Amino acid sequence: MDNPSTHADAVSAEQHHVMGEVHEHPTWKQYKWVALVLTLITAGEVWVYYIPSFVAGPLFVPTLLILSAVKFAIVVMFYMHLKYDHRLFRALFTGPLIVAMSTIIALMFLFSKLTLTR
Amino acid sequence: MATAAVTHGHPPTTTGLDHRKVAIWAFIGSECMLFASLISTYLIYKGRSVVGPFPHEACNPPLCATPLHAILNIPVTSISTFVLLMSSLTMVLALAAVENKGKPGYGGLFGSSRLWLMATAILGTTFLGFQAYEFTSFVNEGLTIRTNLFGSSFFTLTGFHGAHVTAGVLWLLTLFSIDMKRGLGPKDALLVDISALYWHFVDVVWVAIFTLVYLIH
Repeated sequence: MDNPSTHADAVSAEQHHVMGEVHEHPTWKQYKWVALVLTLITAGEVWVYYIPSFVAGPLFVPTLLILSAVKFAIVVMFYMHLKYDHRLFRALFTGPLIVAMSTIIALMFLFSKLTLTR
Repeated sequence: MATAAVTHGHPPTTTGLDHRKVAIWAFIGSECMLFASLISTYLIYKGRSVVGPFPHEACNPPLCATPLHAILNIPVTSISTFVLLMSSLTMVLALAAVENKGKPGYGGLFGSSRLWLMATAILGTTFLGFQAYEFTSFVNEGLTIRTNLFGSSFFTLTGFHGAHVTAGVLWLLTLFSIDMKRGLGPKDALLVDISALYWHFVDVVWVAIFTLVYLIH
């Protein structure tokens, strides 16, 4: 007699293949490289914080925002496997993220934290 | 490049995807909105406090009863940020250990999901310890949630994040106890995957908070 759960697993495994959900995860070695890169970026962020001439310059805030965005993207792509996962998951995350970031930017303009003129 | 193919067994669904994983991604999407509202509130109130202590500037009388230095402690927070980033590493290693249990190359202590789950929980608890230290020192220096706009928005934002970390630690400890009781194997990978997604989300939120709250001034 067929084991129902085994049969369901076999069917679902096939469907995973059809839907493209069978995904490859990074190896341990890659995970450790990712951790090293994240650590170095964090160290770089803290380092620039302690350079008074850089903090006073126009590149301070953009540099920190870019470094933070890179860290964010690395964690989401490699640790959360979004790079390797189904596109529906990507849409479920990036859609609200875009709305959230747009809301922050709109509020910054609304409350004059950001302006288009100097 | 050596990679491990992963499949999660679940009953057939219309999308071909497990509903639990769809649900956690939808939940994470909604959490993006929550933290965006908290972060934007902090940014809007930034620099609008009329009395000290202030995050990045010293405070002198009459704005403060006594002279105070900038209240944010960047070295301590940098260490706690590093701790949280490392907890993400141990979390992916826990997931890899569960997915590949019994396969060649995943034996021994470093292939143990129990080790990595407990390591993640300990690192998460360490982060919470740093946060408790920070909150306590702020209160001792005269900054509470009622002191000024900075205090209100800062404690609300970081407090909500700390509550999420606490929930994550409890979740990890639950998985650890299941692992101790009956062992977690490839069939349980989705359970660990879902908790890992939540944990990494908590991590990326902190990546944003660390830059926007602590470093940019």
